Amino acid sequence: MTAAVQGSPDAVLLEVRAVSKRFGEKDVLKTLSLDIAQGEFLTLLGESGSGKTTLLRLIAGFEQPTSGEIWMSGARLDTLPPYNRRVNTVFQQYALFPHLSVCENVAYGLRASNTPKAEIAPRVEQALTMVRMSDYANSKPAKLSGGQQQRVALARALINRPQLLLLDEPLSALDANLRKEMQAELKSLQRELGITFLFVTHDQEEAMALSDRIALLKDGGLEQIASPREIYAHPATAYTAQFIGQTNLLSGTVRSGIADCGALRFATHAPDGPALFSLRPESISLAASAPQIPDASLFRAIIRQQFFGGSSELLELNCIGNQTLRARIDACGPLSGEHEFVFSASSAIPVKP
Amino acid sequence: MYSRLYKLAISLPPLAWVILFLLVPYVLMFAHSFWQVTDGVIIHSWNLQQYKELFSNSLYPTVFFRTLRIAASVTLLSLLLGYPLAYFLSFHAGPRKELLYQLVIVPLWVSYLVRGYAWKTILGTDGVLNGALQYLHITHEPVSALLYSPFAVILMLTHIYTPFVFLPIYASLEHIPRPLLEASHDLGASPRSTFFRVLLPLSMPGLLAGATFAFVLTLGDFLAPLLVGGSSSNMIANIVQSLFGAAYDWPLGAAISVFILIITVSLLFFTERIEKRWTFQ
Repeated sequence: MTAAVQGSPDAVLLEVRAVSKRFGEKDVLKTLSLDIAQGEFLTLLGESGSGKTTLLRLIAGFEQPTSGEIWMSGARLDTLPPYNRRVNTVFQQYALFPHLSVCENVAYGLRASNTPKAEIAPRVEQALTMVRMSDYANSKPAKLSGGQQQRVALARALINRPQLLLLDEPLSALDANLRKEMQAELKSLQRELGITFLFVTHDQEEAMALSDRIALLKDGGLEQIASPREIYAHPATAYTAQFIGQTNLLSGTVRSGIADCGALRFATHAPDGPALFSLRPESISLAASAPQIPDASLFRAIIRQQFFGGSSELLELNCIGNQTLRARIDACGPLSGEHEFVFSASSAIPVKP
Repeated sequence: MYSRLYKLAISLPPLAWVILFLLVPYVLMFAHSFWQVTDGVIIHSWNLQQYKELFSNSLYPTVFFRTLRIAASVTLLSLLLGYPLAYFLSFHAGPRKELLYQLVIVPLWVSYLVRGYAWKTILGTDGVLNGALQYLHITHEPVSALLYSPFAVILMLTHIYTPFVFLPIYASLEHIPRPLLEASHDLGASPRSTFFRVLLPLSMPGLLAGATFAFVLTLGDFLAPLLVGGSSSNMIANIVQSLFGAAYDWPLGAAISVFILIITVSLLFFTERIEKRWTFQ
């Protein structure tokens, strides 16, 4: 279930087929395969060095794969030079042309493709209106703020009506508030235009908020690809569980349907033998205030630390055998000492190490 | 805060230098250009005699326009050699970049005179080039036109000033953020189109600085005509040199110098303004 294609049932737009990329002695991408559906918002998520930017650059055409193929709309893409691909990019530092004004920057793609002059002006005007930058048409990029440059970069990349828009950590240079605002704008823009977005980020929250699907990369390989809800609820591996959201990793042994993980014992469908489970902090509640839950599993723990988070509290728990767990419970005022906690056995998800 | 004495102490040496070696000579030159020589003696009476001579005697405009032609040729040739060289080094030299860069600037460490004499050896009637031409049976007797011609002057000065043109162009190319080129390709511009739309405009300050170097340095050169040019390629600075030397007509030499100075300064002024217009970051 975890690797199934979620969301859009539309046709496949881009296929990455067993692509590898090697820089010198380093394998940056290891036979990676990936499909992008028409009109979807797919995020490549990963730490720096996971290969996400390299994959983006292979699709844009700035790098050539060492092996493997990339196909778009049924035609080979990786053999074309970047200027013949119907793919456009929003660069991390925007890469606006400093010697051209805002409207000349936006018109660049049309001029490069020798679009008739009469058509250029209205399309540039339309693109600038779309990103609310019409008032700055004659400014030079150096005069604009980061957020404004971001909007111009977006208009410039969209003017050629690409089949696929690549976004290389486009929000990473913006401050937190502007980031949230631009996230919302990006998402609504993508819905409006119906253009497929391939978005690169290392910020899991951003990935969860924006994406139809998230492809989590690790060391040049695809760790898991699924919708944000699916990948959060059913992480396939310990790495995924830890990278996306917070989690408690429980290692233990399963014997005839019962998992024994130190202080915690619960029913599971995992096969017998050593096992690893992911238990989200919010799956744990105080037994005293918890509603009736089926297959409830109880344990006692001492509260070591309490972090107030407004609507919720994050507790650092110490169970028997010095096992540390984190629990996120509804805000309830200061707590201390030993308490009984409860979680649903089905919320402990078996993960691969 | 530094004391006034300290400020005075550190600014005195450069101030003295500027006054002694720049201001005083300029004032003297300027003054001389309004004086005149009578019977081998400089008479300190103020008049415009020298400037009248400068514009009425056909020799000076002839030599001046020849100098401009040579300077323009040297500038153009150095740009044609220096720009592709800088472009290649900046974008396609790979790991050999540092080595090639050093090779380009090594000639700058060699004395101007040595390089001049080297060209004399190459271009002379029994020189290397004539020897090779005859050996290959392309010519049957030494071509004397190779040496002592404007061609030889242009060749030698192009050789000497190409590194000067290369350096600022290379620096400006190195400063162009590479994502800009990727952005251009990404937006559908071919490498050729990217060159004219992005690379050339953004390297314009370096190109102008290099061109100014080559033009102004050639304008004031007098050694190349002496070494390889001969009288047919005398430049304006050669005339100044002889007026201050054997001809002993300092006032006329000073007037020509003032004239060249005005042209050079206005040239520098204008290219600097154009360079500023093409600077964005």
